Amino acid sequence: MTAKISYVDVEVGTELPPQTFPVTRATLVRYAGASGDFNPIHWNEKFAKEVGLPDVIAHGMFTMAEAIRVVTDWTGDPGAVVEYGVRFTKPVVVPNDDQGAVIEVAGKVAAKLDDNTVRVDLTATCAGQKVLGMSRAVVRLA
Amino acid sequence: MALDQSFVGRTYPPTAPYEVGREKIREFAEAVGDDNPAYTDAEAAKALGHPDVIAPPTFVFAITFQAAGQVIQDPQLGLDYSRVVHGDQKFSYRRPVRSGDRLSVTSTIEAIKSLAGNDIVDIRGEVHDEAGEHVVTAWTKLVARAAEEA
Repeated sequence: MTAKISYVDVEVGTELPPQTFPVTRATLVRYAGASGDFNPIHWNEKFAKEVGLPDVIAHGMFTMAEAIRVVTDWTGDPGAVVEYGVRFTKPVVVPNDDQGAVIEVAGKVAAKLDDNTVRVDLTATCAGQKVLGMSRAVVRLA
Repeated sequence: MALDQSFVGRTYPPTAPYEVGREKIREFAEAVGDDNPAYTDAEAAKALGHPDVIAPPTFVFAITFQAAGQVIQDPQLGLDYSRVVHGDQKFSYRRPVRSGDRLSVTSTIEAIKSLAGNDIVDIRGEVHDEAGEHVVTAWTKLVARAAEEA
């Protein structure tokens, strides 16, 4: 596993380049097909509202997949991810318009661990609200 | 209604192998808009030390969640799936999932809690390849929201 970032070059507090990820209804339909998660809350507005949601919401696993890209784009090698966990705190509401929603993700090195690994703490927000909590990845650096 | 605590520790039989296909990995990577060449270009993956294209970190959830269906749909457990939301998700990787893997999942109920009328179930999915080697462990917390008062 060859990451392009060296362990010796990072410190606690090193910030990873932040990214923004747009998500529209089309994104969700595509993710449903690719992931096999066809829960109608992710594509059917009528159904979503019937179960008490404000509108269609993104798959939590979609948000989780986007958030780790801040780490994998930083290291270059997605195989360098040793651990990754999140808590789904708020749904990403995706309106039926051309804009959809935008997920903003930032990451920071929170600890340097053994064996050339570091813990990265991620924050993911949408419309100013935190959508992931306890979002942490352990990644092996070069 | 609170779920039966005696299900804690119950392990379900390993699932039939899921064969990871390179085009499925490509489809998933495109669906999340991730153009990392390690997902689609075997040479790029090899340059990183992998024998073939690898899957994005969360790809394996599709496999472990399907396996967790044994728990979710266990009539004896009686979880109300129509009220279930995904609470937490965690993965611990021995190595990345890659094209050609034939993966089997063994699901175990790690914990059952009842909190403010919500039923909370923690499921651990151990993923092994055809050689029996451990690839990844997935922990999934499901929350069945309390039914509204009639």
